[in-house]
Amino acid sequence: MVGKNKDQQIGFVKTKYYNAPANEKFVLESGASISELKIAYETYGELNEERANAILICHALSGDAHAAGYHTDEKKPGWWDEMVGPGKAFDTDKYFVICSNVIGGCKGSSGPNSINPSTGKPYGLSFPIVSIKDMVRAQKKLIEFLGIKRLMSVAGGSMGGMQALEWAVSYPKEVVSCIPIATSFKHSAQQIAFDEVARQAIMADPVWNGGDYYGREHPSAGLSVARMIGHVTYMSDKSMEEKFGRALKKKELGYEFTTEFEVEGYLRYRGDSFVKRFDANTYLYLTKAMDYFDMENDKGIGQVFKGVKSRFLVIAFSSDWLYLPEKSKKIVKALKLNGIDVTYCEISSDYGHDAFLVKSPEETKLIKHFLSSTRKKIKK
Amino acid sequence: MVSRLREELRLDHAIIGDMVRSGAKVLDVGCGNGDLLEYLVLNKEIIGSGVEISEEAIYSCVEKGLSVSHGDIDSGLKEYPNELFDYVIFNQTMQQVHKPREAINEALRIGKRVIIGFPNFCHIKARLQIFFAGHVPITASLPYSWFNTPNSHFLSVKDFRQFCLKERIEIEKQVFLSRKRVINFWANIFALNAIFQISKK
Repeated sequence: MVGKNKDQQIGFVKTKYYNAPANEKFVLESGASISELKIAYETYGELNEERANAILICHALSGDAHAAGYHTDEKKPGWWDEMVGPGKAFDTDKYFVICSNVIGGCKGSSGPNSINPSTGKPYGLSFPIVSIKDMVRAQKKLIEFLGIKRLMSVAGGSMGGMQALEWAVSYPKEVVSCIPIATSFKHSAQQIAFDEVARQAIMADPVWNGGDYYGREHPSAGLSVARMIGHVTYMSDKSMEEKFGRALKKKELGYEFTTEFEVEGYLRYRGDSFVKRFDANTYLYLTKAMDYFDMENDKGIGQVFKGVKSRFLVIAFSSDWLYLPEKSKKIVKALKLNGIDVTYCEISSDYGHDAFLVKSPEETKLIKHFLSSTRKKIKK
Repeated sequence: MVSRLREELRLDHAIIGDMVRSGAKVLDVGCGNGDLLEYLVLNKEIIGSGVEISEEAIYSCVEKGLSVSHGDIDSGLKEYPNELFDYVIFNQTMQQVHKPREAINEALRIGKRVIIGFPNFCHIKARLQIFFAGHVPITASLPYSWFNTPNSHFLSVKDFRQFCLKERIEIEKQVFLSRKRVINFWANIFALNAIFQISKK
């Protein structure tokens, strides 16, 4: 696959690790702290001499540091390979792109499945609750370690979009531009509700054992159900209708409780493949972090982006019913109220919330041109 | 017809360019593909942004490096703070706004000055067509038939002046255009398009 079109690809990449100094404590928003913070990350492209072309990409719930290119042992590329690479939206011929696994994650960064240095065993639920702000503060440590003072852009979809927004608010001078996609500045009751159902599915699995299952059988059944629910919310009625309709796996109805409809099979497949690569406890932590996310609190919408200096490209998708375009419009409204430079586009798409991950010439165009006008503004 | 209309709009751009102060902060309401904003950025070094309903047009604007917000005019203005812009421009869009009076008042709230360019419904040719031909007028500035026009409000130079008087809006500048040039007399009869610069009294 790599050989097919090599100059259009990043090729093989490796995940790297940032380790905070051994004596340093990383204090979380809750007041709890962890020692030996570790952040897994990947970079693509070259940092220029002025160190002004760095872009941070933030991943969503099920993502990781591996945004683009191939790992030697994998057939599939990174989760946003459609968008990151030479000549792509995040053009690695021009920009230095960084993606890191969030704190609380399960793909190499400190999280519930990593080893607690004080016990020598995996944290499990003794890992403190993390917030979106904690994710951003951990990323900030990595960015400083990489010698970057100012990010040309911070971008992400869904939970990644929340981090992008948090970056712009927490570090206004250090974020030139921000690209929040299919996201919201606070989780709604409906979003919390779906997350809670997912969490309950995991916690209802007897194998989950209060989060203490490392070295034993993992709560795959619970996590699989959680992922199935997630997938339903990521698709649209239309995309499911087109993809599956009422198609059956066999020719006739079997009058039994087996996987009969194609859509059932698809969800089962998605659930089963997810449990092989994801940790159930991380699913609990990250959904909780999203549910806690509320940039407005009781301040009022006009205060959300007060003091923010970045320019924005806000993108929503017409068929996204989990992060409705209305949520993005609220972001735009909150930005406009502060006179902040914002471009907003609602892309027509049938792919639901998943649209931001699907190959989209529209999304590519918007990001590509927005980044190049941002770059011109920096040069001025 | 359409190509003639385009030519006319280029002249519009030049006239609006003359009205706008260099380096000003400008909002173009219904900015389309962003041609006017781009012209103003290049020639007057404005800080520009736009509001536009068409998704395709948004892509053109972003390609030109413009900041543009996807949405309809009637709701797109409320979100800006008072006097954020030096100029708010409605060029060839006011006749398509759902509630023009509200839109103009909102524009006067968020902008220090408002520039409005619109086709004059009472051009001599339109008058003759109604009177003698007995059909809804089709002119260089109003090139549509009743069944495909995007316009929902029809106004004349005189209508707009009366509106400003009634709403206590000050007319600071007014320029009238025939097909290819500026005209200075009997505007309500000979102007195909009019461009007004207005402000709060």
